[in-house]
Amino acid sequence: MTGKTKDEILHDHNRDGVDRRGFLKCMAWAGTGALCVMQGGVLKSYSMSRLSEMNAAELKGELSFVQISDSHMGFNKAANPDVAATLQAAVDKINALSTPPEFLLHTGDISHLSKPEEFDGVSQILKGATAKDVFFVPGEHDVLNDDGKEYFERFGKGAQPGGWYSFEKKGVHFVGLVNVMNLKAGGLGTLGHEQLEWLEKDVMHLKSSTPIVVFAHIPLWTVYPEWGWGTEDSAQALAYLKKFGSVTVLNGHIHQTMQKVEGNVTFHTACSTAFPQPKPGEAPSPGPMKVPAEQLRSLLGITDVNYIRGQHALAVVDSTLG
Amino acid sequence: MRKSVFIASVMVTAVMGLGGIQPKHNGIIASAQEKTASTAEVKIDNFSFGPAAITIQVGTTVTWINRDDIPHTVVSTEKVFKSKVLDTDEKFSYTFTKPGEYPYFCSIHPKMTGKVVVQ
Repeated sequence: MTGKTKDEILHDHNRDGVDRRGFLKCMAWAGTGALCVMQGGVLKSYSMSRLSEMNAAELKGELSFVQISDSHMGFNKAANPDVAATLQAAVDKINALSTPPEFLLHTGDISHLSKPEEFDGVSQILKGATAKDVFFVPGEHDVLNDDGKEYFERFGKGAQPGGWYSFEKKGVHFVGLVNVMNLKAGGLGTLGHEQLEWLEKDVMHLKSSTPIVVFAHIPLWTVYPEWGWGTEDSAQALAYLKKFGSVTVLNGHIHQTMQKVEGNVTFHTACSTAFPQPKPGEAPSPGPMKVPAEQLRSLLGITDVNYIRGQHALAVVDSTLG
Repeated sequence: MRKSVFIASVMVTAVMGLGGIQPKHNGIIASAQEKTASTAEVKIDNFSFGPAAITIQVGTTVTWINRDDIPHTVVSTEKVFKSKVLDTDEKFSYTFTKPGEYPYFCSIHPKMTGKVVVQ
Protein backbone atom coordinates (compact mmCIF):
# COMPACT_ATOMS: atom_id res chain seq x y z
CA MET A 1 0.00 0.00 0.00
CA THR A 2 1.93 2.98 -1.22
CA GLY A 3 1.09 6.58 -1.88
CA LYS A 4 -1.03 8.67 0.40
CA THR A 5 -4.26 10.09 -0.96
CA LYS A 6 -6.82 12.38 0.60
CA ASP A 7 -9.09 9.44 1.40
CA GLU A 8 -6.53 7.71 3.52
CA ILE A 9 -6.64 8.14 7.28
CA LEU A 10 -3.42 7.23 9.01
CA HIS A 11 -3.31 6.46 12.71
CA ASP A 12 0.20 6.18 14.10
CA HIS A 13 0.03 4.43 17.45
CA ASN A 14 3.43 5.78 18.41
CA ARG A 15 2.55 9.43 18.05
CA ASP A 16 -1.14 9.85 18.74
CA GLY A 17 -0.94 9.57 22.48
CA VAL A 18 -2.29 6.02 22.50
CA ASP A 19 0.38 3.42 23.24
CA ARG A 20 0.86 0.40 21.01
CA ARG A 21 -1.09 -1.87 23.31
CA GLY A 22 -3.62 0.84 23.83
CA PHE A 23 -7.04 1.33 22.58
CA LEU A 24 -8.03 2.61 19.20
CA LYS A 25 -11.61 2.99 18.23
CA CYS A 26 -12.78 3.27 14.67
CA MET A 27 -16.39 3.05 13.69
CA ALA A 28 -17.86 2.80 10.25
CA TRP A 29 -21.60 3.28 10.21
CA ALA A 30 -24.03 1.56 7.91
CA GLY A 31 -23.80 2.50 4.29
CA THR A 32 -20.38 4.10 4.46
CA GLY A 33 -18.10 1.08 4.41
CA ALA A 34 -14.43 0.96 5.29
CA LEU A 35 -11.31 -0.99 4.60
CA CYS A 36 -8.76 -1.26 7.38
CA VAL A 37 -5.28 -2.70 7.10
CA MET A 38 -2.90 -2.94 10.03
CA GLN A 39 0.82 -2.87 9.26
CA GLY A 40 3.40 -2.79 12.04
CA GLY A 41 1.10 -1.09 14.50
CA VAL A 42 -0.19 1.47 12.00
CA LEU A 43 -3.83 1.27 11.04
CA LYS A 44 -4.77 2.56 7.61
CA SER A 45 -8.44 3.14 6.85
CA TYR A 46 -9.75 3.72 3.37
CA SER A 47 -13.18 4.99 2.49
CA MET A 48 -15.37 3.11 0.04
CA SER A 49 -14.71 5.74 -2.61
CA ARG A 50 -11.31 4.12 -3.23
CA LEU A 51 -12.63 0.59 -3.31
CA SER A 52 -12.50 0.17 -7.07
CA GLU A 53 -8.78 0.98 -7.33
CA MET A 54 -8.06 -1.09 -4.19
CA ASN A 55 -9.73 -4.11 -5.74
CA ALA A 56 -7.63 -3.77 -8.87
CA ALA A 57 -4.26 -4.05 -7.18
CA GLU A 58 -3.94 -4.28 -3.43
CA LEU A 59 -6.78 -6.62 -2.58
CA LYS A 60 -5.44 -9.57 -4.57
CA GLY A 61 -4.21 -11.70 -1.71
CA GLU A 62 -3.83 -15.40 -0.98
CA LEU A 63 -7.30 -15.83 0.40
CA SER A 64 -10.56 -14.06 -0.18
CA PHE A 65 -13.90 -14.85 1.45
CA VAL A 66 -17.21 -13.09 2.05
CA GLN A 67 -19.23 -12.73 5.23
CA ILE A 68 -23.00 -12.45 5.02
CA SER A 69 -25.33 -12.23 7.99
CA ASP A 70 -28.86 -11.99 9.32
CA SER A 71 -30.82 -13.12 6.27
CA HIS A 72 -33.92 -13.67 8.51
CA MET A 73 -35.68 -15.83 5.91
CA GLY A 74 -39.39 -15.82 6.80
CA PHE A 75 -39.50 -12.20 7.96
CA ASN A 76 -42.24 -10.41 6.00
CA LYS A 77 -43.02 -7.21 7.89
CA ALA A 78 -42.90 -3.63 6.62
CA ALA A 79 -39.13 -3.21 7.12
CA ASN A 80 -38.61 -5.67 4.22
CA PRO A 81 -41.50 -7.71 2.78
CA ASP A 82 -39.14 -9.67 0.47
CA VAL A 83 -36.03 -10.88 2.30
CA ALA A 84 -35.50 -13.59 -0.35
CA ALA A 85 -35.02 -10.90 -3.00
CA THR A 86 -32.43 -9.01 -0.95
CA LEU A 87 -30.54 -12.24 -0.14
CA GLN A 88 -30.53 -12.97 -3.87
CA ALA A 89 -29.17 -9.44 -4.47
CA ALA A 90 -26.38 -10.22 -1.98
CA VAL A 91 -25.52 -13.41 -3.88
CA ASP A 92 -25.50 -11.46 -7.17
CA LYS A 93 -23.14 -8.95 -5.55
CA ILE A 94 -20.84 -11.75 -4.37
CA ASN A 95 -20.80 -13.34 -7.82
CA ALA A 96 -19.85 -10.00 -9.37
CA LEU A 97 -16.77 -9.41 -7.13
CA SER A 98 -13.57 -8.93 -9.13
CA THR A 99 -11.76 -11.36 -6.81
CA PRO A 100 -14.07 -14.38 -6.44
CA PRO A 101 -14.30 -15.51 -2.80
CA GLU A 102 -13.26 -19.07 -1.98
CA PHE A 103 -16.08 -19.55 0.50
CA LEU A 104 -18.79 -17.75 2.46
CA LEU A 105 -19.28 -17.26 6.19
CA HIS A 106 -22.85 -16.80 7.43
CA THR A 107 -22.85 -15.27 10.90
CA GLY A 108 -26.33 -16.35 11.92
CA ASP A 109 -30.02 -15.50 11.95
CA ILE A 110 -30.24 -17.51 8.76
CA SER A 111 -33.96 -17.95 9.48
CA HIS A 112 -36.47 -15.75 11.29
CA LEU A 113 -38.39 -18.46 13.16
CA SER A 114 -36.16 -21.58 12.87
CA LYS A 115 -38.62 -23.17 10.42
CA PRO A 116 -37.39 -25.91 8.04
CA GLU A 117 -38.74 -24.07 4.99
CA GLU A 118 -36.86 -20.92 6.03
CA PHE A 119 -33.53 -22.79 6.25
CA ASP A 120 -34.36 -24.47 2.92
CA GLY A 121 -35.03 -21.07 1.32
CA VAL A 122 -31.60 -19.75 2.32
CA SER A 123 -29.77 -22.92 1.24
CA GLN A 124 -31.52 -22.75 -2.14
CA ILE A 125 -30.50 -19.12 -2.78
CA LEU A 126 -26.92 -19.69 -1.58
CA LYS A 127 -26.59 -22.57 -4.07
CA GLY A 128 -26.52 -19.83 -6.71
CA ALA A 129 -23.28 -18.40 -5.30
CA THR A 130 -20.09 -19.22 -7.21
CA ALA A 131 -18.44 -19.97 -3.84
CA LYS A 132 -19.84 -23.39 -2.95
CA ASP A 133 -18.67 -23.77 0.65
CA VAL A 134 -20.65 -21.91 3.32
CA PHE A 135 -19.67 -22.00 7.00
CA PHE A 136 -22.44 -21.15 9.44
CA VAL A 137 -22.82 -20.19 13.07
CA PRO A 138 -26.31 -19.89 14.60
CA GLY A 139 -28.11 -16.71 15.59
CA GLU A 140 -30.77 -16.71 18.31
CA HIS A 141 -33.46 -16.89 15.60
CA ASP A 142 -32.02 -20.22 14.35
CA VAL A 143 -32.32 -22.08 17.67
CA LEU A 144 -35.80 -21.05 18.84
CA ASN A 145 -37.21 -24.57 19.28
CA ASP A 146 -35.95 -27.83 20.81
CA ASP A 147 -32.52 -26.41 21.72
CA GLY A 148 -31.77 -25.66 18.08
CA LYS A 149 -32.41 -29.21 16.79
CA GLU A 150 -33.37 -28.03 13.30
CA TYR A 151 -30.22 -25.88 12.95
CA PHE A 152 -27.80 -28.45 14.36
CA GLU A 153 -29.16 -31.26 12.18
CA ARG A 154 -28.57 -29.17 9.07
CA PHE A 155 -25.44 -27.19 9.85
CA GLY A 156 -23.83 -28.85 12.87
CA LYS A 157 -22.22 -31.79 11.08
CA GLY A 158 -18.51 -31.97 11.79
CA ALA A 159 -18.81 -29.43 14.60
CA GLN A 160 -18.33 -30.03 18.32
CA PRO A 161 -21.53 -31.18 20.10
CA GLY A 162 -22.23 -27.56 21.11
CA GLY A 163 -21.96 -26.42 17.47
CA TRP A 164 -18.57 -24.64 17.58
CA TYR A 165 -15.69 -25.64 15.27
CA SER A 166 -12.46 -24.54 13.63
CA PHE A 167 -10.77 -25.07 10.27
CA GLU A 168 -7.71 -23.96 8.31
CA LYS A 169 -7.61 -22.23 4.93
CA LYS A 170 -4.27 -21.27 3.38
CA GLY A 171 -2.57 -20.77 6.72
CA VAL A 172 -5.43 -18.80 8.29
CA HIS A 173 -7.11 -20.42 11.31
CA PHE A 174 -10.91 -19.93 11.42
CA VAL A 175 -12.96 -20.42 14.59
CA GLY A 176 -16.79 -20.48 14.53
CA LEU A 177 -18.28 -19.83 17.98
CA VAL A 178 -21.83 -20.17 19.35
CA ASN A 179 -23.00 -17.44 21.75
CA VAL A 180 -26.80 -17.65 21.44
CA MET A 181 -27.61 -20.71 23.60
CA ASN A 182 -28.70 -20.86 27.26
CA LEU A 183 -29.09 -17.12 27.63
CA LYS A 184 -29.71 -15.99 31.20
CA ALA A 185 -32.33 -13.45 32.36
CA GLY A 186 -30.90 -9.93 32.22
CA GLY A 187 -27.72 -11.13 30.51
CA LEU A 188 -25.92 -10.82 27.17
CA GLY A 189 -24.71 -13.48 24.72
CA THR A 190 -22.86 -16.39 26.34
CA LEU A 191 -20.08 -18.73 25.20
CA GLY A 192 -20.01 -20.90 28.31
CA HIS A 193 -17.30 -22.77 30.14
CA GLU A 194 -17.19 -25.82 27.88
CA GLN A 195 -16.73 -23.80 24.69
CA LEU A 196 -14.08 -21.55 26.28
CA GLU A 197 -12.09 -24.62 27.36
CA TRP A 198 -12.30 -26.01 23.84
CA LEU A 199 -11.12 -22.68 22.40
CA GLU A 200 -8.12 -22.56 24.70
CA LYS A 201 -7.03 -26.02 23.52
CA ASP A 202 -7.87 -25.31 19.89
CA VAL A 203 -5.45 -22.37 19.58
CA MET A 204 -2.85 -23.43 22.16
CA HIS A 205 -0.46 -25.09 19.71
CA LEU A 206 -0.75 -22.60 16.87
CA LYS A 207 2.18 -20.31 16.08
CA SER A 208 1.62 -16.73 17.19
CA SER A 209 2.15 -15.65 13.58
CA THR A 210 -0.96 -17.59 12.46
CA PRO A 211 -3.69 -15.17 11.37
CA ILE A 212 -6.88 -15.91 13.32
CA VAL A 213 -10.45 -15.24 12.20
CA VAL A 214 -13.16 -15.70 14.84
CA PHE A 215 -16.80 -15.54 13.75
CA ALA A 216 -19.93 -15.64 15.91
CA HIS A 217 -23.41 -14.13 15.78
CA ILE A 218 -23.60 -11.70 18.72
CA PRO A 219 -20.69 -9.23 18.86
CA LEU A 220 -17.75 -10.44 20.97
CA TRP A 221 -17.22 -6.88 22.19
CA THR A 222 -19.69 -4.78 24.12
CA VAL A 223 -21.40 -2.63 21.52
CA TYR A 224 -24.46 -1.62 23.57
CA PRO A 225 -25.35 -3.73 26.62
CA GLU A 226 -28.71 -1.97 27.10
CA TRP A 227 -29.88 -3.78 23.95
CA GLY A 228 -27.99 -6.98 24.71
CA TRP A 229 -25.36 -6.24 22.06
CA GLY A 230 -22.39 -7.97 23.62
CA THR A 231 -21.18 -11.31 25.02
CA GLU A 232 -20.80 -11.88 28.78
CA ASP A 233 -17.65 -13.99 28.69
CA SER A 234 -15.97 -12.75 25.49
CA ALA A 235 -13.03 -11.29 27.45
CA GLN A 236 -11.98 -14.82 28.40
CA ALA A 237 -12.11 -15.93 24.77
CA LEU A 238 -10.03 -12.95 23.67
CA ALA A 239 -7.49 -13.65 26.42
CA TYR A 240 -6.74 -17.00 24.72
CA LEU A 241 -6.05 -15.11 21.48
CA LYS A 242 -3.69 -12.50 22.97
CA LYS A 243 -0.49 -14.09 21.69
CA PHE A 244 -1.53 -13.84 18.05
CA GLY A 245 -0.31 -10.97 15.88
CA SER A 246 -3.48 -10.79 13.82
CA VAL A 247 -6.98 -11.55 15.10
CA THR A 248 -10.06 -10.60 13.09
CA VAL A 249 -13.45 -10.97 14.82
CA LEU A 250 -16.50 -11.04 12.53
CA ASN A 251 -20.01 -10.74 13.98
CA GLY A 252 -23.59 -10.00 12.90
CA HIS A 253 -26.73 -9.50 15.03
CA ILE A 254 -26.83 -5.70 15.05
CA HIS A 255 -27.70 -5.27 11.33
CA GLN A 256 -25.18 -2.48 10.70
CA THR A 257 -21.46 -2.21 10.15
CA MET A 258 -19.31 -1.21 13.05
CA GLN A 259 -15.61 -1.58 13.61
CA LYS A 260 -13.20 -1.33 16.50
CA VAL A 261 -9.49 -2.04 16.74
CA GLU A 262 -7.97 -2.99 20.07
CA GLY A 263 -4.32 -4.02 20.07
CA ASN A 264 -3.96 -6.78 17.49
CA VAL A 265 -7.68 -7.52 17.37
CA THR A 266 -9.96 -6.02 14.73
CA PHE A 267 -13.67 -6.34 15.53
CA HIS A 268 -16.15 -6.02 12.74
CA THR A 269 -19.92 -6.40 12.44
CA ALA A 270 -21.63 -6.95 9.09
CA CYS A 271 -24.84 -5.58 7.62
CA SER A 272 -27.91 -7.77 7.41
CA THR A 273 -29.18 -8.92 4.05
CA ALA A 274 -32.76 -8.51 5.34
CA PHE A 275 -33.47 -5.28 7.26
CA PRO A 276 -31.53 -2.53 9.06
CA GLN A 277 -31.65 -1.87 12.81
CA PRO A 278 -31.21 1.51 14.49
CA LYS A 279 -27.90 2.84 15.77
CA PRO A 280 -27.40 2.12 19.48
CA GLY A 281 -29.78 4.10 21.64
CA GLU A 282 -31.27 6.07 18.73
CA ALA A 283 -34.68 4.36 18.91
CA PRO A 284 -36.88 3.04 21.72
CA SER A 285 -35.81 -0.52 20.83
CA PRO A 286 -33.51 -2.42 18.46
CA GLY A 287 -36.49 -3.59 16.35
CA PRO A 288 -36.48 -3.58 12.53
CA MET A 289 -36.02 -0.08 11.12
CA LYS A 290 -38.44 0.90 8.39
CA VAL A 291 -36.88 3.12 5.75
CA PRO A 292 -38.27 4.29 2.38
CA ALA A 293 -38.18 1.38 -0.10
CA GLU A 294 -35.65 3.12 -2.36
CA GLN A 295 -33.21 3.42 0.57
CA LEU A 296 -33.45 -0.14 1.87
CA ARG A 297 -30.69 -1.70 -0.22
CA SER A 298 -28.25 1.05 0.75
CA LEU A 299 -28.55 -0.22 4.35
CA LEU A 300 -28.11 -3.92 3.55
CA GLY A 301 -24.88 -5.50 2.41
CA ILE A 302 -22.07 -8.00 2.37
CA THR A 303 -18.54 -8.00 3.79
CA ASP A 304 -15.57 -9.00 1.67
CA VAL A 305 -12.44 -10.14 3.53
CA ASN A 306 -8.98 -10.54 2.01
CA TYR A 307 -5.86 -12.05 3.49
CA ILE A 308 -2.60 -10.86 2.04
CA ARG A 309 0.39 -12.81 3.29
CA GLY A 310 2.93 -10.67 5.10
CA GLN A 311 0.44 -8.06 6.24
CA HIS A 312 -0.64 -7.98 9.84
CA ALA A 313 -4.35 -7.68 9.37
CA LEU A 314 -6.97 -8.95 7.00
CA ALA A 315 -8.55 -6.33 4.79
CA VAL A 316 -12.25 -6.04 5.57
CA VAL A 317 -14.46 -4.25 3.05
CA ASP A 318 -18.19 -3.67 3.40
CA SER A 319 -20.37 -2.96 0.43
CA THR A 320 -24.08 -2.25 0.28
CA LEU A 321 -26.62 -3.92 -1.99
CA GLY A 322 -27.62 -0.77 -3.76
CA MET B 1 -39.89 2.62 12.92
CA ARG B 2 -43.24 1.97 14.47
CA LYS B 3 -44.27 4.73 16.83
CA SER B 4 -43.81 3.64 20.37
CA VAL B 5 -47.18 3.31 22.04
CA PHE B 6 -46.55 2.14 25.51
CA ILE B 7 -49.78 1.02 27.05
CA ALA B 8 -49.39 -0.33 30.50
CA SER B 9 -52.72 -1.99 30.90
CA VAL B 10 -53.78 -4.40 33.51
CA MET B 11 -57.37 -5.31 33.03
CA VAL B 12 -58.83 -6.94 36.02
CA THR B 13 -62.29 -7.67 34.79
CA ALA B 14 -63.62 -8.89 38.09
CA VAL B 15 -62.04 -8.70 41.46
CA MET B 16 -62.59 -11.82 43.46
CA GLY B 17 -61.67 -12.64 46.97
CA LEU B 18 -64.25 -10.33 48.47
CA GLY B 19 -65.78 -13.26 50.24
CA GLY B 20 -67.00 -11.30 53.24
CA ILE B 21 -68.90 -8.78 51.12
CA GLN B 22 -70.34 -10.92 48.34
CA PRO B 23 -73.14 -13.19 49.35
CA LYS B 24 -72.29 -16.79 48.59
CA HIS B 25 -75.28 -18.73 47.34
CA ASN B 26 -73.49 -22.00 47.50
CA GLY B 27 -69.98 -23.41 47.33
CA ILE B 28 -70.23 -24.72 43.79
CA ILE B 29 -71.01 -21.34 42.21
CA ALA B 30 -68.35 -19.55 44.24
CA SER B 31 -65.61 -21.92 43.20
CA ALA B 32 -66.65 -21.70 39.53
CA GLN B 33 -66.38 -17.90 39.68
CA GLU B 34 -62.95 -18.01 41.28
CA LYS B 35 -61.65 -20.20 38.46
CA THR B 36 -62.76 -17.98 35.59
CA ALA B 37 -63.17 -14.43 36.75
CA SER B 38 -59.76 -12.69 36.83
CA THR B 39 -57.56 -11.88 33.86
CA ALA B 40 -54.64 -9.56 33.30
CA GLU B 41 -52.77 -8.63 30.16
CA VAL B 42 -49.11 -7.79 29.52
CA LYS B 43 -48.15 -6.27 26.19
CA ILE B 44 -44.80 -7.00 24.58
CA ASP B 45 -43.83 -3.88 22.67
CA ASN B 46 -40.49 -2.30 21.73
CA PHE B 47 -38.55 -5.15 23.32
CA SER B 48 -40.16 -4.67 26.74
CA PHE B 49 -42.92 -6.14 28.86
CA GLY B 50 -45.61 -3.61 29.78
CA PRO B 51 -46.14 -3.36 32.62
CA ALA B 52 -42.84 -4.94 33.62
CA ALA B 53 -44.27 -5.82 37.05
CA ILE B 54 -47.87 -6.66 37.83
CA THR B 55 -49.57 -7.66 41.05
CA ILE B 56 -52.51 -10.06 40.81
CA GLN B 57 -54.72 -12.24 43.00
CA VAL B 58 -54.36 -16.02 43.15
CA GLY B 59 -56.31 -17.64 40.32
CA THR B 60 -55.72 -14.81 37.84
CA THR B 61 -54.84 -15.72 34.26
CA VAL B 62 -52.18 -13.49 32.74
CA THR B 63 -52.05 -13.20 28.94
CA TRP B 64 -48.98 -11.88 27.17
CA ILE B 65 -49.39 -10.58 23.63
CA ASN B 66 -46.50 -9.80 21.27
CA ARG B 67 -46.98 -6.48 19.46
CA ASP B 68 -43.41 -6.39 18.05
CA ASP B 69 -42.24 -7.25 14.52
CA ILE B 70 -39.75 -9.64 16.13
CA PRO B 71 -40.54 -12.93 17.93
CA HIS B 72 -40.29 -13.10 21.71
CA THR B 73 -40.80 -15.67 24.46
CA VAL B 74 -42.12 -15.54 28.03
CA VAL B 75 -40.01 -17.83 30.22
CA SER B 76 -40.14 -18.11 34.01
CA THR B 77 -36.65 -17.69 35.49
CA GLU B 78 -37.51 -20.48 37.95
CA LYS B 79 -38.98 -22.71 35.23
CA VAL B 80 -42.58 -22.39 36.43
CA PHE B 81 -43.93 -21.52 32.96
CA LYS B 82 -42.56 -21.24 29.44
CA SER B 83 -44.24 -20.05 26.25
CA LYS B 84 -43.50 -21.26 22.77
CA VAL B 85 -42.00 -18.65 20.46
CA LEU B 86 -44.55 -15.86 20.02
CA ASP B 87 -44.52 -14.26 16.58
CA THR B 88 -46.25 -10.94 15.98
CA ASP B 89 -49.72 -10.80 17.62
CA GLU B 90 -49.42 -14.28 19.14
CA LYS B 91 -50.46 -14.80 22.77
CA PHE B 92 -49.49 -16.90 25.76
CA SER B 93 -51.56 -17.36 28.91
CA TYR B 94 -50.76 -18.80 32.33
CA THR B 95 -52.98 -19.08 35.41
CA PHE B 96 -51.25 -18.40 38.71
CA THR B 97 -52.55 -20.70 41.45
CA LYS B 98 -50.03 -20.05 44.22
CA PRO B 99 -48.98 -16.80 45.89
CA GLY B 100 -45.42 -15.65 45.33
CA GLU B 101 -43.11 -13.71 43.04
CA TYR B 102 -42.58 -15.00 39.52
CA PRO B 103 -39.70 -13.33 37.65
CA TYR B 104 -39.61 -14.05 33.93
CA PHE B 105 -37.69 -13.02 30.78
CA CYS B 106 -37.54 -13.39 27.00
CA SER B 107 -35.13 -16.25 26.33
CA ILE B 108 -34.31 -14.78 22.90
CA HIS B 109 -33.63 -11.25 24.19
CA PRO B 110 -32.67 -11.83 27.84
CA LYS B 111 -32.39 -8.11 28.57
CA MET B 112 -36.21 -8.17 28.52
CA THR B 113 -37.35 -9.04 32.03
CA GLY B 114 -40.61 -8.84 33.97
CA LYS B 115 -42.25 -9.98 37.19
CA VAL B 116 -45.65 -11.24 38.30
CA VAL B 117 -46.49 -10.86 42.00
CA VAL B 118 -49.31 -13.16 43.11
CA GLN B 119 -51.08 -12.29 46.37
